[in-house]
Amino acid sequence: MNRLQQLFEKKKNNILSIYFTAGYPEIGATIKIAEALEKAGADFLEIGFPYSDPLADGPVIQNSSQVAIENGMTLKLLFQQLKDLRTRVTIPVLLMGYANPMIQYGVANFCKAAADAGVDGVIVPDLPLNEYEEIYQDDFIKNGLSNVFLVTPQTSNERIKKIDELSNGFIYLLSSSSTTGKSLNVSDEIGEYYERVKSLNPKNPLIIGFGISDKNSFMRANQYANGAIVGSAFVKTIGNAKDYLSHIPQFIRKIRD
Amino acid sequence: MNYRVNENGYYGDFGGAYIPEMLYPNIEQLKNQYLNIIAQPDFKAEFEDLLKNYVGRPSPLFLAKRLSEKYGAKIYLKREDLNHTGAHKVNNTVGQIILAEKLGKKRIIAETGAGQHGVATATVCALKGLECVIYMGEVDIERQAPNVARMKMMGATVIPATSGSKTLKDATNEAMRDWINNPVDTHYIIGSVVGPHPYPEMVSLFQSIISKETKQQLIEQTGNDQPDYVLACVGGGSNAMGMFYHFLDDENVKLIAAEAAGLGVNSGHSAATSVLGKEGVLHGSRTILMQTEDGQVVEPYSISAGLDYPGIGPQHAHLHKVKRVEYVSITDDEAMQASLLLSKMEGIIPAIESAHALAQLEKMTFKPDDVVVICLSGRGDKDLDTFMKYFKL
Ligand SMILES: Cc1ncc(COP(=O)(O)O)c(C=O)c1O
Repeated sequence: MNRLQQLFEKKKNNILSIYFTAGYPEIGATIKIAEALEKAGADFLEIGFPYSDPLADGPVIQNSSQVAIENGMTLKLLFQQLKDLRTRVTIPVLLMGYANPMIQYGVANFCKAAADAGVDGVIVPDLPLNEYEEIYQDDFIKNGLSNVFLVTPQTSNERIKKIDELSNGFIYLLSSSSTTGKSLNVSDEIGEYYERVKSLNPKNPLIIGFGISDKNSFMRANQYANGAIVGSAFVKTIGNAKDYLSHIPQFIRKIRD
Repeated sequence: MNYRVNENGYYGDFGGAYIPEMLYPNIEQLKNQYLNIIAQPDFKAEFEDLLKNYVGRPSPLFLAKRLSEKYGAKIYLKREDLNHTGAHKVNNTVGQIILAEKLGKKRIIAETGAGQHGVATATVCALKGLECVIYMGEVDIERQAPNVARMKMMGATVIPATSGSKTLKDATNEAMRDWINNPVDTHYIIGSVVGPHPYPEMVSLFQSIISKETKQQLIEQTGNDQPDYVLACVGGGSNAMGMFYHFLDDENVKLIAAEAAGLGVNSGHSAATSVLGKEGVLHGSRTILMQTEDGQVVEPYSISAGLDYPGIGPQHAHLHKVKRVEYVSITDDEAMQASLLLSKMEGIIPAIESAHALAQLEKMTFKPDDVVVICLSGRGDKDLDTFMKYFKL
């Protein structure tokens, strides 16, 4: 069992995950932010490896990705930075990014480097289910990595079942079909969609993401799921602050308390 | 050798649908329905009617006599520049708008580089009374101002793409993000043979009318539908795929695709994807793209906005890998000189994109009865500003 799976064994609700982009706001920020987030009480982390053309992202994460690339962040450098990860951070860590940088690195090499660094899982929104199953799944399993797929309100029951079957971490439930950084959709249909997914009795925990920005949206998501992920709101906060590390405890407290 | 798409959406190693889950339902719907819809008699009837009576097809195949004399071969121009809206792009938008209607979509989005695809999309949306939103790079909005005005006049909303290099690739990103955020009522009319499966195949089918007509016209004019050479320029590759489509299996016909070398292939300001690119994923398909060692997409450069794209369609990547098509690089200067030459010798001002194919003639040697067909993908009206500056007219 990796750390992510252990977490879900122990904790069943109000799980809080934070996304941030590696190398943003400065190149050396990656591990410092991870450390500060653990201290502040985050349950697990998603560290973004930047891509020049992040299709699924809104302006905030587009910007953090662009700045990170300008700062010199690459997958090679990220894996060097992560050599220190497990001496300083104990909570589960996932890497999140797009297919092309991973493919250039070599998927097998990528999985091995991630496992060596103590990473527990990977989220690559534009890696197709079919290609994962047929080509890459073995590399992930061999290295003990949980691969995470997204589900949207438009995803069919049949496909959700397939995703559940191929997943061994959690199911990433999108709060609506949108890019990152929009506000939370709180319509009745969205409630029905969460209920629809739950009624399929998935074996994997459900974590809601996209549009979770504060206590209200976090609580709302937790009515339906085991936890929620905050991305753009956190990235915006550390991007605006000079002394960004000092803002992290308060950011988490405001969501939790 | 098989050059066509397989049932999984791949051309050899290239293609597929590398898309986030948010786009999956729309792409799946399209994949499951488009072949069925375009095979229906009412689709075919409307498509043919609009191509004939609205677009003005068939486009002429013109024997360019003075050019032929200069180069010592029989040079034919496939006159896509004479289509309504001035380029081949409209063949695809007519097809996709009928398809979108049959899918019950109410809102159309598209990306555009030179503005030709944006204009062709705005045109068919006006024709059908559908809402139209066009994404265009901020840089391209400046260098293709007349096309922006055309789109607006036909009722389209033009939204500047301000991310990245502010050109075609970024406009494509923005259009895909729009589709993610509007998953139900919107159809995305992609303007080239790029994007996730089934787009490359669908767009090449709609553009294949170019080579279908060319073969008929060659028979009428020469008695033989097998030319020696067929040339076209490549941005994403739609006019080239349309021009090559019915010649792919005629292995004696040499197919040549001209990419934009910009200031020179190794100048750092180029869009010569087949030379500078490596295999990877761009805009939803596995293809060849210009990228760094870390997999970041490299900003391309070409004087022609329509060729200023860091990738090529997956079928082109395949045709390049299996060497069915020869990919050549043409610099800005070579293309500009070819534009001037065609204007002076035949009274036809070509789009700078199309002039990249014309410029290749300078580099070839012919036998006197060689038959050469060049796809004149568009007219140069949109480029007058660039011509005026470059030639100090
Ligand atoms: C006249 C013309 N030719 C060629 C192109 C390049 O596109 P493609 O390679 O898809 O034909 C464009 C694109 O805008 C164009 O306007």
